[in-house]
Amino acid sequence: MIRLTTESFDPGAELTAFCAGRSESGAVTSFVGIARGDAGATTALELEAYPGFTEVEIGRMVAAAMARFSLHDALVVHRHGAIGPGEPIVMVATAAAHRREAFEACDYLMDYLKSRAPFWKKEHGPGGARWVEPTPRDLDDLARWD
Amino acid sequence: MRVLLFGRLSDVAGWRERSLDPAPASLAALKALLAAEDGALGAALASPGVQAAVDKVIVRGGAALVAGSEVAFLPPMSGG
Repeated sequence: MIRLTTESFDPGAELTAFCAGRSESGAVTSFVGIARGDAGATTALELEAYPGFTEVEIGRMVAAAMARFSLHDALVVHRHGAIGPGEPIVMVATAAAHRREAFEACDYLMDYLKSRAPFWKKEHGPGGARWVEPTPRDLDDLARWD
Repeated sequence: MRVLLFGRLSDVAGWRERSLDPAPASLAALKALLAAEDGALGAALASPGVQAAVDKVIVRGGAALVAGSEVAFLPPMSGG
């Protein structure tokens, strides 16, 4: 399931719901990305999405992960709008028969979301605002899956 | 037709969305029109990593446009 939201969310509640009723998935992995304050240098993040396009593109990433890692299920919750330090931005959960596939699929999905998901991220701080683009490290992380 | 700018492109242009009537015949003609109006936006649209989507599908190379087209210009993306 893919959900975009402008509201904060409770990662624990999401994970509990994702695990509920599973009797065939031996492994669930989850990742939560949290907005960093960078010791006061970042006071807020602003994420812009393209409604109707962002969900479809994330859907393609999830479909690719489902096939590649033989997943039973996957969850992506992603914030957009204004996000304060300490708030969750993104959560990914993956369910598979065994742990290796669940771990790898979660890692894969986060690498894709970081560099390929249609969001545009602006960091606001005391020194002004700047647009954040994928770092060389992000792109190297993504290239691991080629 | 509608033109949408995302991320830093809307900061450069000072607008996020506008209507254009009549629609330019092609994506290339639209980019030329926008660049002629605003050189800074033209340069930003031509910068590395900027993609275009027509009716919410990424297009590489040329694309024809019609009156109801929605063209979005997308700078490098970053989620998470």
